[in-house]
Amino acid sequence: MEPASHGLRESATFDRATIHAIQRAAETGIYDIRGWGAKRRLPHFDDLLLLGASMSRYPLEGYRERCDTDVVLGTRHAKHPLRLATPVTIAGMSFGALSAQAKEALGRGAGEVGTSTTTGDGGMTPEERGHSKHLVYQYLPSRYGMNPDDLRSADAIEVVLGQGAKPGGGGMLLGQKITERVAGMRTLPVGIDQRSACRHPDWTGPDDLAIKILELREITDWEKPIYVKVGATRTYYDVKLAVHAGADVVVVDGMQGGTAATQDVFIEHVGIPTLAALPQAVRALRELGVHRQVQLVVSGGIRGGADMAKALALGADAVAIGTAALIALGDNHPRYDAAYRRLGSAAGYFDDFQDGRDPAGISTQDEELAARLDPVEAGRRLANYLRVMTMEAQTLARACGKAHLLHLEPEDLVALTIESAAMARVPLAGTDWIPGEGL
Amino acid sequence: MATVIDLARTPVRELNQALHSPEDTSWRVLNPRGAHAVACGIREDLAVDIEGHVGYYCAGMNQRATVTVHGNAGTGVAENMMSGTVRVRGNASQSAGATAHGGLLVIDGDASARCGISMKGVDIVVGGNIGHMSAFMGQAGRLVVCGDAGDALGDSLYEARVYVRGRVKSLGADCVEKEMRGEHLAELAELLKSAERDEDPAEFRRYGSARELYHFKVDNTASY
Repeated sequence: MEPASHGLRESATFDRATIHAIQRAAETGIYDIRGWGAKRRLPHFDDLLLLGASMSRYPLEGYRERCDTDVVLGTRHAKHPLRLATPVTIAGMSFGALSAQAKEALGRGAGEVGTSTTTGDGGMTPEERGHSKHLVYQYLPSRYGMNPDDLRSADAIEVVLGQGAKPGGGGMLLGQKITERVAGMRTLPVGIDQRSACRHPDWTGPDDLAIKILELREITDWEKPIYVKVGATRTYYDVKLAVHAGADVVVVDGMQGGTAATQDVFIEHVGIPTLAALPQAVRALRELGVHRQVQLVVSGGIRGGADMAKALALGADAVAIGTAALIALGDNHPRYDAAYRRLGSAAGYFDDFQDGRDPAGISTQDEELAARLDPVEAGRRLANYLRVMTMEAQTLARACGKAHLLHLEPEDLVALTIESAAMARVPLAGTDWIPGEGL
Repeated sequence: MATVIDLARTPVRELNQALHSPEDTSWRVLNPRGAHAVACGIREDLAVDIEGHVGYYCAGMNQRATVTVHGNAGTGVAENMMSGTVRVRGNASQSAGATAHGGLLVIDGDASARCGISMKGVDIVVGGNIGHMSAFMGQAGRLVVCGDAGDALGDSLYEARVYVRGRVKSLGADCVEKEMRGEHLAELAELLKSAERDEDPAEFRRYGSARELYHFKVDNTASY
C-alpha cells in the first residue's frame, strides 16, 4: 500500500532520510562519510531569470551573429596567462579519488574544447598532464606529490585554502582507495585511511600567503597564473585578502561543490550557497578596482549553460564544474542501476565515492571497475557536454543582445524569490525591489 | 671564484633567475637582509653561500644544490626540498623543512615550531633544540635533534623516524618511544656524520608512530 493514499503523513522534520540517518548512527556509532556536495534544496541559479531583449534591448541573430566565448585567466602578473576557448573549466579532483582513466577522460574532454582541467589532492599524473591541454596544478595543505618539476610543467597554480563541500576541513581518502600507486604518489603506507591537513604547513594567514605566492612565482619565474581557491563562507573578506596576497585569479566554490569523501554533516551544514557567495566576491573585486583584472571563477552546483550564463552575468569570468563533469563521463548512469542497487544505492542517488566500488569506474582504484571507463569515449562525452553548455550560454547571451558571454551583466537578471533577490542583488521579477535597498 | 650577487643592489628576482639558468657553479649572495624566497627553485648542482639572515622559504623546493645560510633563516627554510643539501649556520624559524621529499637539511642552531612538519623523505639534523608540533604528520624521512624537543613531538606521525638526544617535553597523538636497535644506531651515526656532528648515537632515543590512528575507529575519537 502507498502510505500517503491511506492518509498517513510523513514528517517534514523527521523525513525518511533523517529517520534512516538516526537509525544508521545508532547501529554503527560513526558518522556518515560520503561523496557529492550538499543535497538539500538551496537558493540557486534556478531562482534567477534572464531578461531577453525586446523594445529596449537589441537581440543578436541566433544562427548568424557571433557571440564569442573566449576568456583569459591570469592577466594580472603572469607572463603566460591561460587562454581558454570557453569560460567553463574542470574543477580540481584528485587521482586517488578518481581513477587514472577518469582523470585522462577529463583531460581529453576539456582539451578538446580548449579549456582547462585541474589536479587534486594527490599530485599530478603523467596521464592527466599528457592529455590536458591546459592543466591547473593544485597546491594543497597536504602537498602530496608536490614537486617543482610538476609545478613548472603546469599551466597555472591553484593555492587551495578550502573547498565548498567542506570549508575548514582537510582531505580524506579511505584505505580501500590507497593502492600501491596512490600510496606511492602520496608517500603513505598502502591501505591506511588517509587524512590530509586542513591548514597549510608553512604559512598562516593572508600576510604569509602573500610571501608564499611570491615564492611560487619565483620558483616558476613569474610565468604561471596563480589562483587562490576558497570555500564559500566569508567570501567578501576572503576575496579581498586573496587579492591583497597577490592572486591572479580567485576561485570561489559554493557549498553545492562536490567532494570525494567528507562527513555528511559537514557537507550539508558548513558554507554558503554559490548564489550567495558570487555577488560578495564581485563586490570585493569592484571595491578594490580589480574586477575583470583579477579573474573570478565560480563553482558549486553548475549544471548547464543557464547556470553559466547567470554566473557570468553576476560578474564571474568563468565557471568550473566537477560533479556535472563526472555525470557527463558516466557517473550515475542508468545502465549501472542494478550494480548501484547491489551497493544499497540507485542510479541518480549514488554518492559513495569514498568506498572505491563505483560501478561506473570513475571514483575507484579497483582495476577491473576502472577498466569499464574508456577514457576516449568518456572524454568525447565530456567534450559534447561542454559544447552544449557553451552553446546554451551563447543562446541566452544572444537573446540578451550580447556579442560575448562576458558582456552579460546583472541588469540582464531578475529574481524569482525574495531570498535570491537579496543574495544576488538583482530585483524581484516584476518589481524594482532589491531587498535591503529600499523602495 | 664564486659569482657574487649583492642583494643590496640586485633584486631577488634577478638572483633567482640567474640561479635557474646558471652560468657558474659557485655563488655568493651578500646582504640578504631578511629577503624572502632567496635561492628557491634551484635545479642544478650549485654551491650557494648566503652571507647573512634570510626571510621565508629560503632554498624552497631545492633540487641538487648545496645552499648554506651563514646566518638565521625565517619560516619554511628548504620547504618541499627534493634533493641536495641546505645548511643554516644559525637558527631557523618555524616549519623548517616542511613537506620536504628528500635531501639533507642541517640547522646548526635551534629550530622553532613545526620543524619537519609533513616531512616526506627529507633528513633533518638540528644541532640545538626544536619547538612544538615538530614532525607533525611526518610521512617519511628522519629527524635528528641533538638538543631538546618541545610539546607534541611527532603528533599524528606516519612513517618518519625521530631521534632526540635531549628531553622531549611531550609526545603527540600516536607517537611513541621505540627500541633503539643496531640498524637505528647505524643510520643515526651516518646522519650525524653527514651533518658534520660529533654526538654519540648511543645518547639518543628513537620515536615513531604507534600506527594506532591509521584507520578511522570509534575508539580513537578521544585521540583526535
